[in-house]
Amino acid sequence: MTNNIIELRGVSKSIHGNDILYDLNLEVRNGEFLTLLGPSGCGKTTLLRLISGFEFPTTGQVLINGKDVNGLAPHLRHVHTVFQSYALFPHMSVFENVAFGLRCQKLPKNEIDTRVNEVLKTVKLEKYANRKPEQLSGGQQQRVAIARAVVNRPLVLLLDEPLSSLDYRLRKTMQIELKQLQRKLGITFIFVTHDQEEALSMSDRVVVMHEGCIEQIGTPRQVYEEPQNLVVAKFIGEANIFDSEITAIDGKQLTVNIQGQERKIKCNREFAIGQKVHILVRPEDLRVWGQAEVEDSKNMYPGVVEEVIYKGTTVDLMVRLANGQLVGATEFFDEDDEKLEYAIGERVWATWLSGWEVVLPHETA
Amino acid sequence: MKQHDDGTLKYSSLGIIWLWLIVFALLPFCLVALASFASHDDAHLLSFPLTLANYAELNNSVYLRIFKQSFYIAGTCTMICLLLGYPFAYIIARIRSRYKSFLTLLIVIPFWTSSLIRTYSMITMLKPKGIISSILMWLGIIDKPLPLLFTDTSVMIGLVYNLLPFMVLPLLTNIERLDHRLVDAARDLGANRFTTFRRVILPLTMPGIISGCILVFLPAMTIFYIPDLLGGSKSILLGNLIQNQFLVAQNWPLGSAISVVFTLILAIMILIYWRTMGKKDHREFL
Repeated sequence: MTNNIIELRGVSKSIHGNDILYDLNLEVRNGEFLTLLGPSGCGKTTLLRLISGFEFPTTGQVLINGKDVNGLAPHLRHVHTVFQSYALFPHMSVFENVAFGLRCQKLPKNEIDTRVNEVLKTVKLEKYANRKPEQLSGGQQQRVAIARAVVNRPLVLLLDEPLSSLDYRLRKTMQIELKQLQRKLGITFIFVTHDQEEALSMSDRVVVMHEGCIEQIGTPRQVYEEPQNLVVAKFIGEANIFDSEITAIDGKQLTVNIQGQERKIKCNREFAIGQKVHILVRPEDLRVWGQAEVEDSKNMYPGVVEEVIYKGTTVDLMVRLANGQLVGATEFFDEDDEKLEYAIGERVWATWLSGWEVVLPHETA
Repeated sequence: MKQHDDGTLKYSSLGIIWLWLIVFALLPFCLVALASFASHDDAHLLSFPLTLANYAELNNSVYLRIFKQSFYIAGTCTMICLLLGYPFAYIIARIRSRYKSFLTLLIVIPFWTSSLIRTYSMITMLKPKGIISSILMWLGIIDKPLPLLFTDTSVMIGLVYNLLPFMVLPLLTNIERLDHRLVDAARDLGANRFTTFRRVILPLTMPGIISGCILVFLPAMTIFYIPDLLGGSKSILLGNLIQNQFLVAQNWPLGSAISVVFTLILAIMILIYWRTMGKKDHREFL
């Protein structure tokens, strides 16, 4: 007996001859917060609909709690969805919306009352039980939608971009609330989003999807710090990419050529001498020094500041390197750099600490 | 300045509609209401003194039977239109095809011909040696002509045929507005198709059902030429009764009294509906 609440085995889906999903394999562990992350149109909503039963796979199997659910209609599956638009029933009160699933199970009235009141209390809506959905704010409607689904104690809760229509501040609050709710209930959450920050901050594991394929499955730290390919690296966070070539290999130490300079890099992946690679450096790892601050310009790349964006906690720079490449750098205020003053047009040196880069095989993108 | 112009336009266009309704709807109704209290003699259409005799005359088994019969026929016609129209409207509203606008057009096409002419053409279809009987006989399903014309059945066929679009169009608009994600949500929460229909689709399309029913029921009661043409002399409904009183019997006060009673009954029915639906939902269908 595995601990997987949901399993996808070789699932493909095409609609009207268009391939939406290709040969997906995914195991969702019981009790985890899993996020499907990808740009719109990458098939993440379709994947959710395969689990909820609104779509069936063209090939492959979907297993819920170890059982193949192919052909099983949505109302017979013990998974529930929180829809992007909430899809609250406008003609019913908050209480009736939440009670809907329990009434479908034909539970006795007093049990329905107890469970609905209990869950309304959990989402802090007990005072609004008699209101209609339209009389609630966006955040409250969102909570009703969640309450309506979790009251049925589903095996898995599917959330289809549930926060995308909320404003920034409310979205932040709801992210924390959702995460706390998930811990409290212990229900498996499968959360769909195109917002990488949301995915990283909420999930136990992230599934990065792109054009119908799963590109990487890992913890937020893994997908951010050790992206498996350029697609993942570019989609999650900003990335400066240097095209390079390996000139020497000594055990785990590679020597690469970046913009005419040799640089030694540690890497666990297998590469061959002469192989073209991408060297990936996150903006927050890129250091920019003024002319006066630099004595030894080894492993440093000269450039000119093109743009300075003050963001309060950081200063973001756009630097045009000598070879014409534009790179982004995020500089933090700390005891070394209390001022961080840069002028547009200033000549600077850009570099990063060895070991903070990621080496990826060359892709023709 | 612009604000002021908008205001003028708004109030003048509203004013025209108000004026129109007052002159051609409220005023005539008041005249009819007044006429219903007038006395009747052979020399004058309307005369003094004012009296309640016309209403007293209505309390008579012949008229009561016509009232009952009319409500029965119009009610049945409305039910048939609803049962035929709802699935039809639902399918067209939900269909994702390039023929959708064509299908909607098909409902409207009959309006391009006068309903009177279409009713005459029904006679050709329904008469004993008409098209329906001939085809059924040719197919060997029946061996003598069907006595369709001049029966309640033929009146019903004529009414349903003429009034079905009035049921379908408001339903179509209403069902098209129905957010299909709500249906998905119901299914997702464990409702089977029947429960989804009963608890989500039906309540949300109720405004369409009610306005469709009103649009069918009203003309079904009063459209006098359909029972006239298809029902023959046997079939007298409310519409024919009112028409007879005005044009044949020349008894305007009695005709007016019948009209007033009929209007009041309908007003009460709509009021009851408003009360049961709650205050907010009125605007949705009227």
